[in-house]
Amino acid sequence: MAMLEVKDIEVYYGMIQAIKGISLEVNEGEIIALIGANGAGKTTSLHTISGLLTPKKGSIMFNGVDITKVPAHKIVSMGMAHVPEGRRVFAELSVYQNLKMGAYTRKDKKEIEDTLAMVYDHFPRLKERRNQLAGTLSGGEQQMLAMGRALMSQPKIVLMDEPSMGLSPIFVNEIFDIIEQIASEGKTVLLVEQNAKKALSIADRAYVLETGSITMEGKASELLNDDSIKKAYLGE
Amino acid sequence: MQFLSYFINGISLGSIYAIIALGYTMVYGIAKMLNFAHGDIIMVGGYIIYVAVATLGLAPLPSIVIAVVLCTLLGILVEKVAYKPLRNAGSSLAVLITAIGVSYLLQNAALLIFGSSTKAFTSVVTVPAIHLFDGQVVISGEVVVTVITCFIIMGALVLFINKTKAGQAMLAVSEDKGAAQLMGINVNATISLTFAIGSGLAAIAGALLCSAYPTLTPYTGSMPGIKAFVAAVFGGIGSVPGALIGGIILGIIEILSKAYISSKLSDAIVFGILIVVLLVKPTGILGKNIQEKV
Repeated sequence: MAMLEVKDIEVYYGMIQAIKGISLEVNEGEIIALIGANGAGKTTSLHTISGLLTPKKGSIMFNGVDITKVPAHKIVSMGMAHVPEGRRVFAELSVYQNLKMGAYTRKDKKEIEDTLAMVYDHFPRLKERRNQLAGTLSGGEQQMLAMGRALMSQPKIVLMDEPSMGLSPIFVNEIFDIIEQIASEGKTVLLVEQNAKKALSIADRAYVLETGSITMEGKASELLNDDSIKKAYLGE
Repeated sequence: MQFLSYFINGISLGSIYAIIALGYTMVYGIAKMLNFAHGDIIMVGGYIIYVAVATLGLAPLPSIVIAVVLCTLLGILVEKVAYKPLRNAGSSLAVLITAIGVSYLLQNAALLIFGSSTKAFTSVVTVPAIHLFDGQVVISGEVVVTVITCFIIMGALVLFINKTKAGQAMLAVSEDKGAAQLMGINVNATISLTFAIGSGLAAIAGALLCSAYPTLTPYTGSMPGIKAFVAAVFGGIGSVPGALIGGIILGIIEILSKAYISSKLSDAIVFGILIVVLLVKPTGILGKNIQEKV
């Protein structure tokens, strides 16, 4: 059984249908990429999975539990973390306070300290800047903070929405290295990216989203060599 | 000496404004709405204490406790029934108009129950007055209790926000509701809690206000409510210390202009100063203005 099973979900913003019945599966330990152009519905899909939006039709199962109508704040403690688009760190709180906020649902004080040490290990820069306000960090550092904050809840799966957006090439490489590292430590990753080349190069499998529907799916290595993908998303 | 006693009275009035302003500023910070019915919760608190003391014969302290509990519940109820259904309506104007509606609803309900005649409110303060400089300056018990209460509330609130999980949740929700949800924070519960705290404080403000100015009508809360709103904007809406500073400055300005300039013009002066402050610093004294980084 897949860890995350999305079945035929349809999502509306008011009268406008943003997702027209998509299905996808994420197995434990996989990195799954969701690629597609602007407005294809990538972010909406993630928002629906993490509970910020409720689908009109279809179902979402997570570890065998139906979470279709479960609100976002309850899904977190079930083991799902969502690194939102645009990072959305708490600008007026310190780096440390942001990370603590990530552990909001946890009550095991001692273990939280261990997780914090693990996050600082992944992101030494966050440790250096732990007392700095998050709003004063650079974009790349904010992305690291958003990822570290997500890890603080000890998720089984991490949803990442455009982690490379607006970052300098050096940071982009660093962020993708870290995503691979996180996955190698046993976390499952569902990655939404406009940088399709990068995403496909680290993913196991991928789905291609076009105006609210999935038009293609398969092994990331195969999609990377697919002519239509190359033309539409890889700029080759 | 005269000046000193005016000044102290100003701090006292300002402390009441500050306690009311807290409700405005916290609700604005967290729910991003102006709860114009907030002032009327003060009036409701006043009437509850009045009934408890004058009709039921209860002692002042238990009466205040009852008022705080009932106003807290009223605040939660108003939010649930009137504001929450509009939260995703996409128009902050709809919520604002609803708040004005709730304000009139509360005033007219009081009018219906208690009539329009002024009720004489017995002070809930039993602390004796302090005489300074051979009796040249007299600080009433009400003033002492009001100022001390205000500072205790401020201190407790700052501790609550910074040291408790619920307080941290408030900070997170005030910055970004969506991101807060993704941390596992129940945004609706946090907003309810904010209304609960604000309304409970309004009941305390009602007790202090009616003790210092012992008349009670259905419109008692309206003007102090608006002035406390001004104080909140003045100090920087959304900021807890801003509410304290804004409230106290406003109280001092009001009393001093009543004493030295004109009691008729004092409100005009208060609002005039607000306009000047907003022209110079639109975010208020402690208003936040952090630029978002891309």
